[in-house]
Amino acid sequence: MRVILSIKRFNPETDSIPNFQTFMVKVEPTDRILDALMDITQNQDGSLGYRRSCAHGVCGSDAMLINGTERLACKTLFKDIGVTEGGSVRIEPLRHLSVQKDLMVDQSPFFEKFRSVKPYFVAREDAPPRGEYVQSQKERALFDEATKCINCAACYSACPVLDKNPNFIGPMAITNAARFLFDSRDKGVEARLEGLDTKDGVWPCESLFECTRVCPRDIPITKLINLTKREVRKYRKGRGELTAEEMAADKKTTEEKSKEKRA
Amino acid sequence: MVHEYDAVIVGAGGAGLYAALEAGKTAKTAVISKLYPQRSHTGAAQGGIGAALGNVEEDTPEWHAFDTVKGGDYLVDQNAAKILAEDAVRAVYDLENRGLPFSRLEDGKIAQRLFGGHTHHFGEGPVHRSCYAADRTGHMILQTLYQQCIKNDVQFYNEFQVVDLLLEGTTVRGVVTFELETGELHVFQAKAVLFATGGFGRMFKITSNAHANTGDGPAILARAGVPLEDMEFFQFHPTGIRGMGILITEGVRGEGGILKNRDGERFMEHYAPTMLDLAPRDMVSRAIMTEIAAGRGVRGDKKIDDYVWLDASHLGREVVEKKIPDIAEFCRTYLDVDPAKEPMPVQPTAHYAMGGIPTDVDGRVDTGKVVYDGLYAAGEAACVSVHGANRLGTNSLVDLVVFGRRAGQHIAKYVKGASAPKATEADADHARKRLVTLRNREGGRHVGPIMQQMHEVMMDKVGVYRTQKRMDEAVTEIQKLREEFKEIAVQDRGAGFNAEILEIMELENLLDLSLITAGSAANRTESRGAHSREDFPDRDDDKWLKHTLAGLDGNAVSIDYKPVDVSIWKPKPRVY
Repeated sequence: MRVILSIKRFNPETDSIPNFQTFMVKVEPTDRILDALMDITQNQDGSLGYRRSCAHGVCGSDAMLINGTERLACKTLFKDIGVTEGGSVRIEPLRHLSVQKDLMVDQSPFFEKFRSVKPYFVAREDAPPRGEYVQSQKERALFDEATKCINCAACYSACPVLDKNPNFIGPMAITNAARFLFDSRDKGVEARLEGLDTKDGVWPCESLFECTRVCPRDIPITKLINLTKREVRKYRKGRGELTAEEMAADKKTTEEKSKEKRA
Repeated sequence: MVHEYDAVIVGAGGAGLYAALEAGKTAKTAVISKLYPQRSHTGAAQGGIGAALGNVEEDTPEWHAFDTVKGGDYLVDQNAAKILAEDAVRAVYDLENRGLPFSRLEDGKIAQRLFGGHTHHFGEGPVHRSCYAADRTGHMILQTLYQQCIKNDVQFYNEFQVVDLLLEGTTVRGVVTFELETGELHVFQAKAVLFATGGFGRMFKITSNAHANTGDGPAILARAGVPLEDMEFFQFHPTGIRGMGILITEGVRGEGGILKNRDGERFMEHYAPTMLDLAPRDMVSRAIMTEIAAGRGVRGDKKIDDYVWLDASHLGREVVEKKIPDIAEFCRTYLDVDPAKEPMPVQPTAHYAMGGIPTDVDGRVDTGKVVYDGLYAAGEAACVSVHGANRLGTNSLVDLVVFGRRAGQHIAKYVKGASAPKATEADADHARKRLVTLRNREGGRHVGPIMQQMHEVMMDKVGVYRTQKRMDEAVTEIQKLREEFKEIAVQDRGAGFNAEILEIMELENLLDLSLITAGSAANRTESRGAHSREDFPDRDDDKWLKHTLAGLDGNAVSIDYKPVDVSIWKPKPRVY
């Protein structure tokens, strides 16, 4: 069947504003959006910019907006989005990250935030002299969902909180912190307070579930964020300390009180 | 721009990252990757990493080494296989100790499953050797190693494509790279360079490989005069998703999945009475193609793109969702098939290069005649050789962690004693000239048609079953495509983020490796492992128990050989 791809294009070297360009492509209903993009670059217009690699949803390169929703181009078939003969698809780059060219966005702030939560194993105790740490199947299951993350940035693009607070570390960073918080072998929250318990850390999340809705790996991200918040609160409470959220609330109350006094 | 390092690692998959962690402990190290590291193809490996931990039942590294040798149809260097199997145990524990989330047994130890060709007591029956994390073991390895690199502050140059190797005689000076963001060339001066650029399955039409798997390292070395080893041996994995080639892990059969023909018959009973569906991949792929040729494929039209069934429906919902969740998802996404209820349509898919850059067990590039100082390779790009004529399932992950680690350790030692080479801006001139030519060519051809023809020629003529006539045709046709390649022009005249230039360079690499693969295959007049010839159906140890070394000589392939280490087990007929 013939379909039309309407692609938002922008090349900072030559363009002052983005504009949509349409391409006619011959596809099967079971073809991936990525197949059509590759057909364009290999046979029509080599200058179209996008990233791709594995082509089956495991490397995380080709997240983009497809008809307004964050999806992986290699995991979305034309039939999945109801495109039939003569139909069209709108394709745009991810949000909240600046466009480098066409569908390529600058992921560096996204990865910097990821690094800020120490997304690596911090052992609770020394490794056994030979062999593995023992971990029960139940303990292993506690953090399974978070290990599925492929860092594709779909959640980061979909998060409405980032519209108003661009400094929020975002769902992916917190998911990758959660990966370790609930691993029985890891030091957990203590090692990652610096990244999580700050005003732009875990607290700005408003549980709007957009991240969960778009995640191509079906990770219950909002749930993991809420569990992470709970873990931070528990840790602070255990030490008789306030969380960054509680301190901000206290400050606000004090300010309001003094305002009232002045009035 | 010239950057100075002790060591440069090209490629950020499992082998490259492990090497960087080791070398980076003492040497000033940079990792150059054409992708963001977590996009590397190691992440697509599914079923597991083989190591004789013995968590489920008795197992020994010696049995693992023997299986590797036999699985490779005795073209494996046997001491290297021993090192592979012994180091595998250490590497798996090391990965676990660095946080890798393996699935667990009831007693809390690392879970292990059955896998093709892995046996106890030298072939008596299948053994639980594959350590796994559901069906995303590669993803976990890549993530764990990348996380460790963050922890250890490893320096990355992301989206830098390597374009030239700098050699002074047989000593490394560095590499030249192309930066995607700016389109500029960067020279990296280094005492040691490791190529860990992965495989090159994108030569073929139906492949499990990522688009990025274009063999950049081996191709650059071949053009620099380094011959490549055993390139005729390319593994076709028996179970790719029909038409797309997406991998369905052997772990499905490890968990009890069964291959069936159109009559619902478990045909592996005729081909491998002991190991059945868990025979090595070359045998299973041949069995499928034989069934198809006899009209017992699902369509029954005897065409090479017919398919068979892989049935896991009897395993039940819980096993499918727990042990092979990603496979279940691929099937639902791409096929509308629920593997807990219906069989999956599968066909062989180009999967793994047994051949590659010849190295010793420390990753040093060694052709048997020349050892290159400071030049290393590891992972799928390399040929140690531990896979011989056919790799066993799980041994690719073993290979990259064992030899990535060993190469990194050797590099750390080597650079301490090596004097600093000199590389300058002028070293980029050769690459610059090529770019200017590409950019200035008017009205040239697109990448697409040439790539498509290469895919079809390689799939059709250098596939599972081969004959002299068809391989010779493949050589001629690839030679022709290499000439036509010279007419390709870049349409995107911009400098920054010009992915088209990268794709053209990748196609050039694939064409060069296609030629070497077809040439090496046409030269070997026997059947061994993944190289199976209808006109020479038997293994011929008298004449062919030797490694091929194939060099690029203009538009032709030059052939030489190197002996195989058979010092432990005497070659025997291979039955399962």
